[in-house]
This record gives sequence, structure tokens and C-alpha cells, in this order.
Amino acid sequence: MAETTAVAEAPVEAVPEKKRSGSSTLVRVARYSAVRLASLLATVVVSVYLTILIANMGGYVDRIQRGAIEESISMQLAMNPAFKALSLAEKEKYKADLIAVQERRLGLDQPFLARSFVYLKDALTLNLGRANQMTSDSGSKLVKNIILERLPPTLLLTGMGSIILFFASLFIGLSLSRKYGGWLDKLFVVLAPTSSAPAWFYGIFLILIFAALLGWLPFGGMTGAPPKETTLAYALDVGKHMILPLLAWVLSGLFLGAFTQRTFFLIYSSEDYVDMAKAKGLTSRDVERRYILRPTLPTIITTFALTLIAMWTGAIIFETVFQWPGLGRQLFQAIGLYETAVIVGETVVYAYLLAMTIFLLDFIYALVDPRVRIGGSEGRAG
Amino acid sequence: MKTLRNTFKELLRYPSAIFGLAIIALLIALSIYAVISIPYKEALRLWRGGEGVWDQYPRNAPPAWTNLFKSQKVPETLFLSSADGSAEKVLYPGENDVNTIVMTYTFDYQFDTFPDDMSLFFKAKFTEKQPHLSISWLPPAGEAFRVADFGAGKAKTYPFSQDTKLQRRLAGLSPEQGLFIADPKAGLTPPVRGTYKVRVSATTFEPDSDVDGEFVLYGQVYGLAGTDHLRRDLRVALLWGTPVALAFGLIAALGTTILTMSIAAISTWFGGWVDAVIQRITAVNMVLPFLPILIMIGTFYSRSIVVILGAVILLSIFTGSIMTYRAIFLQVKEAPYIEAARAYGAGSWRIIFSYLTPRIIPMLIPNLVAAIPGFVFLEAALAFLGLGDPSLPTWGKMINDAQQNGALYQGFYYWVLEPAALLVLTGLAFAMLGFSLDRIFNPRLRGL
Repeated sequence: MAETTAVAEAPVEAVPEKKRSGSSTLVRVARYSAVRLASLLATVVVSVYLTILIANMGGYVDRIQRGAIEESISMQLAMNPAFKALSLAEKEKYKADLIAVQERRLGLDQPFLARSFVYLKDALTLNLGRANQMTSDSGSKLVKNIILERLPPTLLLTGMGSIILFFASLFIGLSLSRKYGGWLDKLFVVLAPTSSAPAWFYGIFLILIFAALLGWLPFGGMTGAPPKETTLAYALDVGKHMILPLLAWVLSGLFLGAFTQRTFFLIYSSEDYVDMAKAKGLTSRDVERRYILRPTLPTIITTFALTLIAMWTGAIIFETVFQWPGLGRQLFQAIGLYETAVIVGETVVYAYLLAMTIFLLDFIYALVDPRVRIGGSEGRAG
Repeated sequence: MKTLRNTFKELLRYPSAIFGLAIIALLIALSIYAVISIPYKEALRLWRGGEGVWDQYPRNAPPAWTNLFKSQKVPETLFLSSADGSAEKVLYPGENDVNTIVMTYTFDYQFDTFPDDMSLFFKAKFTEKQPHLSISWLPPAGEAFRVADFGAGKAKTYPFSQDTKLQRRLAGLSPEQGLFIADPKAGLTPPVRGTYKVRVSATTFEPDSDVDGEFVLYGQVYGLAGTDHLRRDLRVALLWGTPVALAFGLIAALGTTILTMSIAAISTWFGGWVDAVIQRITAVNMVLPFLPILIMIGTFYSRSIVVILGAVILLSIFTGSIMTYRAIFLQVKEAPYIEAARAYGAGSWRIIFSYLTPRIIPMLIPNLVAAIPGFVFLEAALAFLGLGDPSLPTWGKMINDAQQNGALYQGFYYWVLEPAALLVLTGLAFAMLGFSLDRIFNPRLRGL
């Protein structure tokens, strides 16, 4: 609070002016928010449309689907003895009719470009539609259900992993910056490059050691087969299956994470105002809280927010290595099945989450850092 | 040039940089060796395999050096050929063009278990009358044992284990076991150690007729790297994976950083709508899902490493680092020397590429080096998902093969560990070098 006292002790005659600036602040914030929202929305629209184009390969998936329809209908007719009696022309006509019905059902009778805008509208209104082949484990073909079903495992694993990793890095980084130059600090500096290997890679090593060699923990999956009956036993079983993935996730990021935070805190603690505070005789605890943590808060919050939304995409390779039934692996399956509805569905939700986070971060910065004025820094670098 | 030398000198003060540089030098040497010892076309042919390429190799054999850690020594794979001199070949001329060629394959057997199989591969040269072959087995002690007699044909393979007649004569023991036991009638006992000989005497009936034969003892371990489920020597993939990984990482990192830097410079210099457009593209690109798009390209379009590399670079240009560079360029743009350049009439492009961009190269180099491991692992990750280049042997594909064939379940750890170790080394080397470079070039980090 020390740096805000100067503002509070403003001269009395400045009060009316302050009131005026208060109302103009509201206008400025409102105008800034509107512009910002519009630009974010435009970004979301463009990126979702691009995803639709890519996921349909600019219409090529249509051709694949047409081929699949024709093949399955030809097979049906060939297998059905009731059609043996029909003449060739009749058969052809019947087949063409059936294909036309199927194509109309999937909307393939319209050109792709026209449909792509319908897809865009549906995606943006979160009307995610139905999948062609994929179903949720409960049997639903609604994309919403398919995605929602896989969300809890992803949140459980990557969510827990990200949060543990984030706070562990933060606190270890902080304590390292306090004991700068100690043996633990040096150890983290040396080990930081080990984070160049991704979590799935650590996963392979951990599976090799703890599952294959020692046989202590399962190779992968979320539960044993068959799943345990009671809730407690089930939870314990899931917990046991989570040990290796969590360990891989945290191990792969911890050293670099802690190193980055430590360096970050060290850079901030070498600022002149920190030396000033120390010279004033403040306790090192106070110095840390007010002069080091406070200015770094926006950056820390940004990292945390981005960590949180990154969970949504799951982790495709990581979940594949551990055979974890999460969103990432589902997305991979969806791509293999040309299931564009699921691909677009997951992307659009991520786009919205990201846009919302970025929008909210501006306000959070203003809340935690009195130097930041919303919409008041247009001319600045960012 | 002088700054370069100074940088290098300073770099040598960091042990991690020395370690990183040493490993990178080693990897480059390995790449050069790979490309020279196994030319590109040959590598593709070997890795594709097929008939006649890997027949002489054991299946799923760990590397030979694993014997050092085993209490029970398992047999190594042996190749002895009369054609290349690793086996003795003597010609005894006879009368009426009937000659005898005796080929002796001598090997020292000092192992605790039996080989997987043994085979003789013959190639004979004749016009009408095929040579006659007679094979005998000479154990370290005891008498010679007649194995089989047959006509050679143009090309003939004799697998010991499939000779049922021989099996009967060995009291029902499989020949690759029975032949190593002193008394097969007493049942299965550990193999007798010592020097064994396989003697093939070929009788030829024509003046130019000739026979050559290769004896293969299929061990349970093979060579430096071992073999996979298709009998392929993993050395090919390990060796060729090195230049592929290095090239992919380097090109991707170089392409991405240079393009990002140039675009950031253009964006700041021209400002206005150029800047706005570039910023919008960056925002859109940051929302697009990176890995899923790469997987889609791999699944729908092409798995060629060149296409994937192009896509990786394109998707990695417009990222957060454009913002970082932009912030720096905005400061540099106001510097007096830019003002001076403009005053004497330098064009926009000259200012951008000759005056603006060089200023951030110190910051660029650590970033570039540190970005390499990410791209190397990305290639491995795509290969792991089954989206590796269809023809190239790479480390990621090796791990994918291993995973597909349950290497970890079956205990073929070497299959996963070898490419993984090389990946880790590559990643670590560049990361360590990048960290050290960052400390040298980034004055705020100096001493931290």
C-alpha cells in the first residue's frame, strides 16, 4: 500500500476535478471494453472459420463422406436378398435415391462454401450439433455430450498437474530467489535444461521404470478393469493410475518453471526501489511482499490464467502415452475419423475461453496494479 | 568477427555450454557419419526392408553389450561367410572336372544359453549339374556329426531348426539346442562351451562351378543397437534419425525466428494498417490449435516431413514472440541512428534489414538455440502419434514402432531407450547451450 498513499494524500482542491475524471473514466473504460470485445470477437470468428476450413480440408472431407455413403449403401443393397429381383436400372435408381437422402441428411447436397458459413454460425452459437460416427460412452451422438463426457478426466489430470506445477514452481522459485547462490539454487539452475523434454517423454521413462521394470504402478488408463465397485475403492484406484502421469507432468515442468520464477523474482529484486526499501530498514518479509511480489503479480496472474485455459485442450500426446480418456485423446480420435463437428466444437470452446480470459486480464491488471489504467495506454508498446 | 570470438571465449566459461557444445559436435559428427556410411537411398531401402534385406538378422534382439549386465550370457549373432573371408574356403581339385570345395566356419561359443536358430545360405554357380553339399558339425570335443546332404541349387537356404530328420537323430531336441549338447539322449543340459566348427564340403561337377555359403548363428543379442520386430538393424534408424532430427530442429528454429523477427520489424517500421493486420493475424494464430492442426495436416493431407516442417514454421511465426520483438523494435525505431539513416535517405527496407534487425540479434540467438529442442521433440511427438514421415527412419518412429509392438510390456527396453536417450541428449545439449547464451547476451541475467 505504500506507493498508493501518495495518491490518497492528493490536495483537497483537486476533489471536484477528480469527480469529473471519474465519470470520464467510466466512458473511457466502456469505450475501451467495447472496442476490445469487438476485436476479440472478430479474432474468434476468423480463427473458428479457419479451423472449420482446415478440419474439412477445404471441402475434401465431403468427398470422403460421399465415398463412404456410396460404399455403405452399395453394401446394404448387395447384402439384401429382397433387391435381387430388381432390374439393374431399378436398382441404380433406388441406390441413387438412398444416396441422395443420406447426402441431404448430412447437408452434402449444398456446396461446401455455403455450408461452411452455416457451420460457423452454429459453432459460434455453441450449437455443436451431432457427430457422424463418434458416440459418447453413454451412447449419445451429440457433440456436446461427447465433449462433456471427456472433460472431467482431463480436468482431473492436466488440471491437477498444471495447478500443482504452477504453485510448486512459484513457491520453489520464490524460496530459491531468497537463498540465491545456495546449493539448491545451483541445482535448479543446472537442472533447468532438463525441461526441454516434454511431459509425454518423461511419461515413457516413468512407465518403463515403475510399470514395466518394477511393476508397482499400472501402465496407463484411468481405472483397473473391471472398475472397482465402491466409491472409495474407485477413487483410490483412479488415484493410483494418476501417480505416474502427474509425476511426469510435474517433473517435466518443475525445474524450468522454478528457474524462470526465480530469475524473474531476482530481476525484480534488483530494482532500485527494492534497494531503497531495504535501506529504509523494512524487514525482508515486507520488502518481498510489497516491493517484489506486488509488481510481479500481473505476470503471475497471466501465467496462471493461461495455464488454466490450456487445460481445456487436454494434452494429446501425453494422454495417448498414458491412455488417459481425456479431451486430447478424443480430439486425436476425432481427427482420425474426420469428425469435424467434434474438432470444431473443441476449438470454438477454447477460442471463447481464451478470448474471455484475455478480456478479463486487462481488468485484473488494473485491479492489482494501480499504475495500469484501462484504455489509457493506447500509445504504449503493447 | 571479433564479437563472435569474444562470445565464444565467454561461452567456454560455462561448463554447461561446453557440455552442450561437445554433444552438439558429437551429434553433427554422427550425422555426417550416417549420411556417408549409409547413403540416403540405401537408408530408405534398408528401412523399408522386404525380402532378402534383413533375413540374416535375428528378431527383437537387444544390443550385444547388454550381455555385460547379464549373469547368464546369451549368444551373440554371428555371420561367417566364405565369400568375404570370414570363413575358410579350400579348393581340392579332382579328376574329370569333379572338384571338392571345403568351407569351414569356426566360431567360439562361450554362452550360457542356446541360439535362436542357425542357417546356412548358399549361392552356387553352375550351368547344368548342381553341386552336392554335405554339412557336418564338429563340436569342441567328440566326433564330427553329419548334419545333412543335399543338392545346392542356385540359391539355397538351410535352416537347421526346420530339419525334422536331424531333430529325430538328436533325440527329439531342436537342432539349435541338440547340437550344442554333449549327449542329447540325456536330455537338455546347458550348452558345451568351446570352439565349434561347421564344415561344408561341396562337390562340384563342372569346371567353372563354384559354391559360396554364409553361416548365420541367430543369437539373442545383436550388434551395437539391436534389432526390431522386422529384424531391421536399429543402427540404421538411430544413425539416420540424427541428421533428420538436427535438420528438422535447426530449420524450424531458424525459419521461425528469422521470419518472426523480420515480420515484427516490418510491422513496427511501417506501422498503420500493416501493423494492425499483422497484430490481428497474430491474435488469430494464437487461438488456432497448433498441434491438432498439425495432426489434421498429417492425417488428411501429407505426412511428408517437408510438408510438416513447412506447416510447423508457418504456424510458429505469428506467436507471442512477435509481440516481444515488436516492443523492442518500437524503442529501437526512435534511436538517433535510425533518424540519421532516414535523414541521409536510406530506404525503408534498408533500414529494416540493415539497421533495425541487427539490433535484436543478441536476443535472437539464445532464443533460436533454445527453440531447437522443442521442434526436435515435436517431430518425435508427431511420429509417436503415427504421423511420422512414411519413408524416413527417425527416432520418433522407432519409439512409435516400439510402443505399437508392446516393447515395454515384453521387456524390449533397449528399443525405447536408445532413441529416447538420443532425443534427451539432443534436447539437453541445445537447451544447455541456449541457457548459457541467454546469460551472455542478456545483461540482466548476467551473474544470475
